[in-house]
Formats: sequence, structure tokens, C-alpha cells
Amino acid sequence: MKKLAPVAYGLLLLALLAAPFLGAYPVFVMKLLCFALFAAAFNLLLGYTGLLSFGHAAFFGGSAYAAGYAMKAWGATPEIGLLLGTAVGALLGMGFGLLAIRRQGIYFAMITLALAQMVFFAAVQAPFTGGEDGLQGVPRGRLFGLIDLSNDLTMYYLVVAVVVAAFALIARSVHSPFGQVLKGIKENEPRAVSLGYDTHRFKLLAFVLSAALSGLAGALKTLVLGFATLSDVHWTASGGVILMTLVGGMGTLSGPLVGSAVVVLLENKLGEIGAGIASFTGLAWFNTLGESVTMVTGLIFVICVLAFRRGVMGEAQALATRWMRGGR
Amino acid sequence: MTVTLPALLSQLLLGLVNGSFYAMLSLGLAVIFGLLGVINFAHGALFMMGAVIAWMGATYWSINYWVMLLLAPLLVGAFGIVIERLLLRRIYRLDPLYGLLLTLGLTLLIEGAFRSAYGVSGLGYDTPELLEGATSVGFMMLPNYRAWVVAVSVAVCLATWFLIEKTRLGAYLRAGTENPRLVEAFGINVPLMVMLTYGFGVALAAFAGVLAAPVIQVTPLMGQNLIIVVFAVVVIGGMGSIMGSVLTGLGLGVIEGLTKVFYPEASSTVVFLIMVVVLLVRPAGLFGKEA
Amino acid sequence: MQDKTRTVLTLALAAAGLVATAAHAQEKVKIGLVTDMSGLYADLEGKNGAIAMQMAIDDFGGKVLGQPIELLTADHQNKPDIAASKAREWIDTQGVTMVFGGTNSGTALATAKVAAEKKRVYFNNGAGTSVLTNEQCSPYTVHYAYDTVALAKGTGSAVVDRGGKSWFFLTADYAFGHALEADTTTVVKAKGGTVVGAVRHPLSASDFSSFLLQAQNSKAQILGLANAGGDTINAIKAAREFGINKSMKIAGLLVFLTDIHSLGLKNTEGLLHTTSWYWDRNDASRQFGQRFFEKTKRMPTDVQAADYSAVTTYLKAVQTAKTTDSDKVMAELKRMKIDDFYGKGYIREDGSFIHDMYLVEAKSQAESKKPWDYLKVIATLPGEQIFTTKAETKCALWK
Repeated sequence: MKKLAPVAYGLLLLALLAAPFLGAYPVFVMKLLCFALFAAAFNLLLGYTGLLSFGHAAFFGGSAYAAGYAMKAWGATPEIGLLLGTAVGALLGMGFGLLAIRRQGIYFAMITLALAQMVFFAAVQAPFTGGEDGLQGVPRGRLFGLIDLSNDLTMYYLVVAVVVAAFALIARSVHSPFGQVLKGIKENEPRAVSLGYDTHRFKLLAFVLSAALSGLAGALKTLVLGFATLSDVHWTASGGVILMTLVGGMGTLSGPLVGSAVVVLLENKLGEIGAGIASFTGLAWFNTLGESVTMVTGLIFVICVLAFRRGVMGEAQALATRWMRGGR
Repeated sequence: MTVTLPALLSQLLLGLVNGSFYAMLSLGLAVIFGLLGVINFAHGALFMMGAVIAWMGATYWSINYWVMLLLAPLLVGAFGIVIERLLLRRIYRLDPLYGLLLTLGLTLLIEGAFRSAYGVSGLGYDTPELLEGATSVGFMMLPNYRAWVVAVSVAVCLATWFLIEKTRLGAYLRAGTENPRLVEAFGINVPLMVMLTYGFGVALAAFAGVLAAPVIQVTPLMGQNLIIVVFAVVVIGGMGSIMGSVLTGLGLGVIEGLTKVFYPEASSTVVFLIMVVVLLVRPAGLFGKEA
Repeated sequence: MQDKTRTVLTLALAAAGLVATAAHAQEKVKIGLVTDMSGLYADLEGKNGAIAMQMAIDDFGGKVLGQPIELLTADHQNKPDIAASKAREWIDTQGVTMVFGGTNSGTALATAKVAAEKKRVYFNNGAGTSVLTNEQCSPYTVHYAYDTVALAKGTGSAVVDRGGKSWFFLTADYAFGHALEADTTTVVKAKGGTVVGAVRHPLSASDFSSFLLQAQNSKAQILGLANAGGDTINAIKAAREFGINKSMKIAGLLVFLTDIHSLGLKNTEGLLHTTSWYWDRNDASRQFGQRFFEKTKRMPTDVQAADYSAVTTYLKAVQTAKTTDSDKVMAELKRMKIDDFYGKGYIREDGSFIHDMYLVEAKSQAESKKPWDYLKVIATLPGEQIFTTKAETKCALWK
């Protein structure tokens, strides 16, 4: 199984690189990649450290606004915008983490939610965010002052490069001794403490890393789509990334990628999927599926919690392990 | 801006009305969490169901408000019992956060279903004739209906608190959550009790929904922004404490009213500020018991 | 030699055929309507607006430049990000030639930016913000039905003239509300009135009671509602519930036929407001109203009538210009004269459609003789005076 993973990732990378030439709409795939990064960053905290944060939208959206403003009003070049987004995410993560880490379980989640709501409030009030109208017209700019990013294709390859690099960082962290300690904390925190680990420090570090990369995802999204709006800091965005991680598989590396793809495809293409099913089965009712995105999302959520807790990739891995062991 | 006494008092009074909704909703949530250990995220959606069912009753079958006040909670309560039997029962043995996620999924399902049917703009619901009009209380005209809301909410909350803390049935319920095996050994049907408790908590939410229909916009999303505030109320009050939730709910309504006088935009966020402070200073909440 | 010639000729013909079809493909008119289909503005335009547009397409013959006309629709749910993304996707992947923005000024501004970036014609009916043709004007934007300046000059002036000197605003907290409040404040102050205060409410607010109490405590004469659709309806209902309509007069700065229908004449009698069109004003309007009613069981609002007119105008411009190229079509749009049941006038350099507006008042129940007979026209407001003037504008296209 372990040997298959690099091959699978390699194929995925090839597919990504070739996608625009195979007819995919680059802007859509870029959006997918940004959310995949967001979910992967979130999973670092949930799947590998066992902490459920209900406030990650604050990092995603907060950095989206910060980067957007820097690029629009200060004329910052894209790489500065992205770095700024990551830094803002890390800083917010530090703040949230210091307050929330002392608590466990539902209380931890509630504190992150409360803090995220205050970030939402700040976003609504601050004049530079544009409130309900959002921060519009963020320019693509020139990378390093040289490469013009207004061409969708150029932008696409930059996004692929950034997301792949960030994902590699996450993978590296997970497989490192640091990652092992996190897993230990997730499984049995008292035992980790008794072994002499300063679990608070490790949890905080995981939190900051997760927040920083979520910030990077948010800044990247702003660069691609050209705007940052209140949807990015609203608590439903936090719910969305939880769903992506749950559906994809919480304790797996590839899970968030699959989960985010499922959710984003659902939100954007359900209408077309419905029309496709309608023409295939001849049942006209499926044509209305496009209007029921929320319902379908909810249904998937419920099914996942009841029967599919390990998520798509979790189940796939379990299945693969069973095959290899039992030879069935 | 000079703050006049009428301005202050009128906002506080309105705040009390909002507080009544918070109290009723957090009561149901606290009952469900305290006795079942389930974090019922669907509470907002079930509140909405109560209001929308009241609207449907009035629009399609001309059923009046007073009947719906009893009928809607029964219907939604029954729906809740079905949810408990089919879905919640399977996840009790898991981490309580799964309960949160499952009910979050249910919320999306319920809100999505009603949204597909009715869109998101408001469905008008008129004040019942008996309670129309407003009475002058000196500094403002208080609509009679809002006074009724406060009175009924306080009554229901007190009745529920009494039921759970002071009666034998309540004692069984509390014992049943602490040690189900032992209570079952005494011949009491714990699963049945749990099911009915969930139904009751849900019915409370629906009751609040019917109460809210003439006041707030009846829309499929009406529960969405309320639910996180109600969560905050329950956490501040102390997650297992029923009286804590009620008092915190009412108190928060008043504090929001106060905030609206001085810094209106912050009124929807002040609860979260309070929650962070309380959780840092008194981790189990104001009235909660340390686990 | 003959074979070679034949091959070359065949290839040449094939190439010509390909070029011809490619050119034809570019000349196909595709209109993309993105508006609020399910939220607080759904009634005043929404799905019925799309029906009005389809009526226009059908009446035009369904074809222009030899190609069938296609109409795409989407619901932006009052979210600028959804609107902008949809517009961009349509332009990039569906070859949309004209982006049609509906209600909600925030989405309108976002979509207009995308259209300008991609050089596509952008029409808007329903979004009020005058900023579209002022600070953020673009060579590709046509603001067709009305804007906040016209509403302010129409209703604002009329109310102040009738004695309403002190105002308190209840404003929807986004682009439209801000623009309407600002434009009306300018008019009120110019006429010697005062603005005592203002309070901002979130879009699609659930409960107006606390905001209205603030208004009442301000002791102003006039409660100016700088909001629209569902928000206006709920504000008026709540104002009556708290008895505020007894101490303050309510000025609805943007009111639609569907709002009156929803509230009933009982609640809106005497409500003074400005509109760009009313179905019962003359025969041609009544005829359109009747046709629309047959399809939708409701009389059209001025926005829905404007939708029909705007599509017809665009199609005529494409036909005259003999191309869908945005620059040529825009040139024709600003050159041509418009005269149909909706309005008579022309499109100015800054993108505004200059046409007359009407000051109307809601009738009493006794005065209403037939269904949807809600308004009486008090005055006609000439187009040249009611929109932004050259002295006031900051648009670089019109200096």
C-alpha cells in the first residue's frame, strides 16, 4: 500500500499538469485546488492531532481579506500577497491557539467558534473589507514583478506549484517525529504527557501550522478569483471544511483532497449532474437536483457519520489492507 | 449620541423578548445535552420547522395560531423521536463530536428541503387577532404579542425546570443519564425515556418557532444564525445546567438590548466575547458543575 | 494537375467553411441573466424577469444575424462572489455575449467589473447604485431601469416639498443602501432639510424592531427606508406594529408593485414613491401587462418591464451593428434612439438610459377598482433632470 501511494500521487500530478489541455476550465480546477489545500491544512489539526476547530474560516477568510487588500490597495506583488496571507493565518492561529488549547473537546470547538465570530464581526465592520459587497477587483499582478498572471494558464501552473509544495510540507510534517507525537497526543494525551512531552506546545504548533496553511489557501483563492467576501469568514465555511475532511477521510493524507473535490464539485456541478441523471434515467425530477445542493450535502454528511466515518480514503485504505492481508 | 431613558428602556424591553427565545431554545438544547449527551446542532432547524409548519397550517388549511401552538410541537416532536430512533441511537457510544456532526448534517438536510420548496425570502405570518395591537408602557408602545411571548416563555421554562429538578420523572431521567444500566435494572425503560426526552427537547424548539412566527421573518434559514448564539448561551450557562441556560438566555437578551443602544453593530457578537471570557475564567460555565 | 487543383480547391472550400462557421459561432447572441431568484428580491425580478426576457426574444423572432438567441439564467443568492464567478465562467466557457445583471447592487458592481475586464456588454436592471455609472462607470456598462440618484431626486424632493424636513434613515448595510442614503441626503440638505440620524441593518434582516425604536427615539418627521424588497415590506409591517407610523411618516425610497401587493393597500395607502414604469399608465403598457399576466398570473413590476425592453434594445443594436462585437454594439447602443412601451430616450455616454420616471402614490382601498390597480401617477419626472447631471458626475467617460 505504501508503495502505491507515490505512484498514485505521481499520476495525480500528471493529470493536474495536463488538465487545461484536456478541456478542464482552469479557474474551476484552481478553485478546487485552493479548497483542497484548505482541507488538507484543516485535517492536520483534526485528523492528526484530534482537535476539532469550528473556526477555521477565520484563517481562510482573514488571510483572504489581508492578501486581497495588500494586492489591491498597496499594489503588493502576488508572492508578497501570498506570504502575507500565510503570516496573517499564522498570527491569528497563534492568538486562537493560545486561548483555546487549554480546553478539550466541545469547549475547544466552542472557543474557536466564538473567536471566529469575532473575526467575522471585524470583517463586517472594517471599511476596507467592503462589508456585504466584498473586496472586489483584486488584480492578478506580476509574479516577482516579472511574470504576468492575468493569463489563466500561467496562474494555473503557479497554483499547482504552490499547492503541491504546501501539500508536500504537510506530508513531511505528518511523517516526521513531530507528526508521530501529534498522533500520540490524539490517541492518548495523558500517556503522551506522562512520557514527558509538552503536549500544549505540540498542539499549539500544529494549530499554528494548520492556520498558516489555511491562510495560504485563502490568499491563493483571492488571487485566483479576484475577490474576498463575507462568505469566506462565515461559520458555514468552517462547517464546509469539516465536511470535506469528514467525507474524504479524517486520518488520511489524501482524504481531504478527495473530500474537497466531492464537495466543490457538488456545489458547482450538481445541476449538470442532475440533468445528466435525468436524461439517463428518464426521470425528470432529477433536473431539479441543482436547486438542492444543501440537501444533498446534508445527506452526505449524515451518511458519512453513520456508516462512513473513515471517509472515502479511510474506507479505501481499510479495504486495501484487508485484501492484502486476507487475500480475499 | 445622548442616550435617553426611553431609548434605553425600550431596547431593554425588546431585548427581554429576544432573551425569551434564547431561553426557550437553550432550554431544549440543555435538556438534550444534559440528559442525552448529544450536542443537538439541528435545534435551529427544528425551531424553523415549528414556525414553517405553523405557516403551512395557516396558509393551506386555515388552522389558527392557538391550535398550531400545540400541534406543531407535537408534529416536530414526533419527527424528533424518529430521528432519535433511526439515527442518534447509533452514535451514542461514539465521541460526542460525532453527534454534533450528525445533527449538523441533519440541519443541512432540513434547511435544504424547505429552502428548495420555499426559497429564502420571508413567508408572512400574521399576529393572532387576540394579541393584536400595542399597549403604551410610557416610554414606548409595546406590542401585546411580544408581552405574551415573554410571559409564555418564562412559564414554560419554569415548568420544565420544575419537571426535571423536582419531580420523580425528572429524577429518573437524571439518574438514567448518569447510570443507564443501574436504572434499567430497576425496571425502568431507559431507551424509551431517552427517546421521549429528545422528542420533548425538540418540541420545545418547535414551540419557540411557533411563538416566533409573527415576530421574526419565517424563512428556511431563520434558525441558522440563532443556533450559534444559542450554543454560546448553553456553553456560558453551563452545559448540563437547565436553570443556567434559562437565566443566561434571558440575561443575554437584555445585554444585547443594552449593546444596541451604545454600539448596535456589535450586538450580535457580544455573546461570543462573553463566552470566551467565561470559558477562560470558569471553564464549566456560570452554573455548570465541573466534570 | 487536375487532382491537385481539386484537392487544393476542396481544402480551400473546407477552410472557408470552417472560418465561416467559426465566424458564425462568434456571432451567436447568448444572454446570461444572473439575479436574485430565491431571496428577498426574488419577487420584483427573479424568475418572472427571465420570462419577460424570453418574451422579448420570442417577439424579436428568436433569431438575430441568422443565429438562434439563447438565454442562460442563474441565482446569485445576493452573494457577489457567486455572481462574479458565474459571469466569468459563462464568458470563458459558454461564449456569453451579453451579461445581464439583476437586483442587488453589490453583485452588480462585481459583475460589471468582470464584464469590463473581459470586454463584454453589461446591462443592469434592478440594482440601484448610481456608482455603476459614476465612480465605477465603464465603457461596457448600461444602467437601464433606474438608479439611486433618480429615486432620491424623485421621492426625496417630493417628500421635502410636502413638509418632511427632518429625516431618519433605515439603511440596508451594503452598496445599494449606502448609495440611496447618500443620494437622498444630498437632495434633502439641498432643499433645506436635515438628517437627524441613520441606522444600518443587515441585508435581509429578520427583525426590525430595535432599529425602528431608534428611529422613533430620534423624533424625526420622516422615516426614510433606504432598502428594498423583503426588507422594505418587513420594515413597514414592523413600523405599524410598534405604532411608529403614527408619529413618523414613512418614505419608501425604493418600492415595487410586488411590495404593495404583498402589504396590501390597507398598509400602504398614500405611500409616495418613484418608479420607472407602471402597467396602467397607457394602452401600450396595459397590453404588455396583460400578456405578462397571462404567463405569470402577476402584473409586471417596472424592473420586469425594463428587462423586456432592455433585451429588445440590445437585439436591435446587434442587428444594426451586424455583429456581436462588444465595442461596436456599445457604440450603436449609445447612438440609437429608444422608444417602446417602457420608455423613450437614449443611452448616455456614462451608460445611463435617460428616460422619464414617474412620481406615484398608492391608492386607498376605495379608489382601487380592479386587481393590481394600486397606483396613481402624480407627476412625470423628465429624464434630463432626474439622473446625475454633468456637473455632478465623476465618470471619466462623460466629461
